[in-house]
Amino acid sequence: MGRYRNVSFLAAAIFLQILGLAVQVKSPNENHPARLIRVWAVSAITPFEKGLVRVQSGASDLWHNYFYLRGVRQENRELRDQIEQLQIEQVRMKQDADQAHRLQSLLGFKEQFIAKTLAAQVIGSSGSEQSRTVTIDRGWDDGIRSDMAVISATGVVGKVISVFKNTAQVLLINDQQSGVGTILEQSRLQGVLKGKSSGELVIDKIMVDEEVKPGDRVLTSGGDQIFPKGLIIGNVDRIEKGPEFLQVTVRPTAALNRLEEVLVILKKEERDPALTATHVRASDILAERLPSVPDKPPVPTNAAGAATTAHAPLSPHVAHVQPVTASSEIPGQVKSTSAPVSGVAKPVSANPSNATGAVVGTKPATTSSTQTSKPAPKQPAPGTSKPIADSPSTQSQPSNPGDTPQ
Amino acid sequence: MALTYTSREQIEVYRFSLPVTLIVPLMAIFLQVFLPLRLPFFAIFDLPLLVVIFFAMARRSQVAGLVTGAAIGLLQDSLVGAHHPLGLYGIAKTVVGYGASSLGVKLDVESVGTRFLVVIGFDVIHELIYFLIARGMVRLNMHWNWGHELESAFANAILAVFLFALMDRLKDRA
Repeated sequence: MGRYRNVSFLAAAIFLQILGLAVQVKSPNENHPARLIRVWAVSAITPFEKGLVRVQSGASDLWHNYFYLRGVRQENRELRDQIEQLQIEQVRMKQDADQAHRLQSLLGFKEQFIAKTLAAQVIGSSGSEQSRTVTIDRGWDDGIRSDMAVISATGVVGKVISVFKNTAQVLLINDQQSGVGTILEQSRLQGVLKGKSSGELVIDKIMVDEEVKPGDRVLTSGGDQIFPKGLIIGNVDRIEKGPEFLQVTVRPTAALNRLEEVLVILKKEERDPALTATHVRASDILAERLPSVPDKPPVPTNAAGAATTAHAPLSPHVAHVQPVTASSEIPGQVKSTSAPVSGVAKPVSANPSNATGAVVGTKPATTSSTQTSKPAPKQPAPGTSKPIADSPSTQSQPSNPGDTPQ
Repeated sequence: MALTYTSREQIEVYRFSLPVTLIVPLMAIFLQVFLPLRLPFFAIFDLPLLVVIFFAMARRSQVAGLVTGAAIGLLQDSLVGAHHPLGLYGIAKTVVGYGASSLGVKLDVESVGTRFLVVIGFDVIHELIYFLIARGMVRLNMHWNWGHELESAFANAILAVFLFALMDRLKDRA
């Protein structure tokens, strides 16, 4: 028996581990709390990782912020120029976005937006080529939960797969177990993005007769219910034709092998497309808040002209012209496009589901449509109504928190 | 590169102090999960595997070798991620620990050439066992790439030569 002692030990050790594997394969614990050994291992290792990352970033900050400031003035000048250019570009893009929102609103689309994010630092990796995960320094106590999307400033990173008290593990999109619903920006083809053992990203299940071009942007489609729609993943790198499907290789925009800081999407919300340019008169808001305000008194003949003038911007024509002049310098003023939109937005109010589904940010749209649907009873006296140009009450509403991180 | 056989009388068995037994594997695992963040190419190395081979060959006890392999492998499994079942690295490193200690009894594993070849062999065996279990039992979607595996084995063997020379200083004669 002593002769086979060592082999018996080996057989027993392997048998026990295979048994453990079989149990795990039989009942995958995706929604169960992490196994104790994982908690212990992570608790033992992560404090050192956190400490080392802090020391490293502290030293790096000290060097870059206090000692190595060569060329900062020049860079500052360049950045100022760049900001000016971007502000001009932003005005143009804002108008495009508003137009898109108006169209979406007309078609009754819902849009998903990122309502809350949390910045986290990457403190560790799986250390294995078979598994591409990273550890971040935020966990359950910070509000992180499984299946939350993780992004960086440059693109999609992955999703949270396990959460510990103060840390969490993120499965990168180039892991073989990962799958992200994608859409190609140009061709609007949808597919599932997966990782390969080499760490490359591929989209499969695109029919061979479809046309895909290298360089096409790849975005999230939102179909996986994890990543909000429209986040950039990368660009098409190359296309290989298979017998049935194309093999589209994607180059990620996020530096997946050099991640330092990421954003965890804590909260997504769905809303009707925000009609950012919605115009609501102060008097209408007052009338809504105070139902006891008497109905609009009969307008004297000579005052009718004034009232008409006050309401004139509701005409889509005028409204469309106004933002162009008003917003050419200050991007924030582009919101004054709302005036025209409130008139256009009427169909939205006709849809009760849309109205109820709207979040705070969409309230002005609902209000304005209410106003347009029953103008007579709530019409204030012309003297009290503010001209459209003076209606920053809606414009100055706090911007949606979701807009900030994006 | 000289491969020399040794008789039982010539075998020197080493042991390690408790701090070394605990700290060196933990340090190897820590570096394995931390360094690829700053140096992505480091993921090609498998420091825990090298530590298993070193301890197993130095102790020359098969039971000690397989226990060391199982413990380090399971610890590594637990850090890889929730989608990665516990036991894949555990089984592969158990076999390597057992094999390395068995080989340590028969070969002079102090020479550079032997260490280089032994590490290449065990690295490939380790990856093969991992692949077979991951593919056959856990149904992970994996592909075997001989070129990459050999490249990784060579890289580990080169690192092992230097690392083992460094770790030789931690050995105590039993």
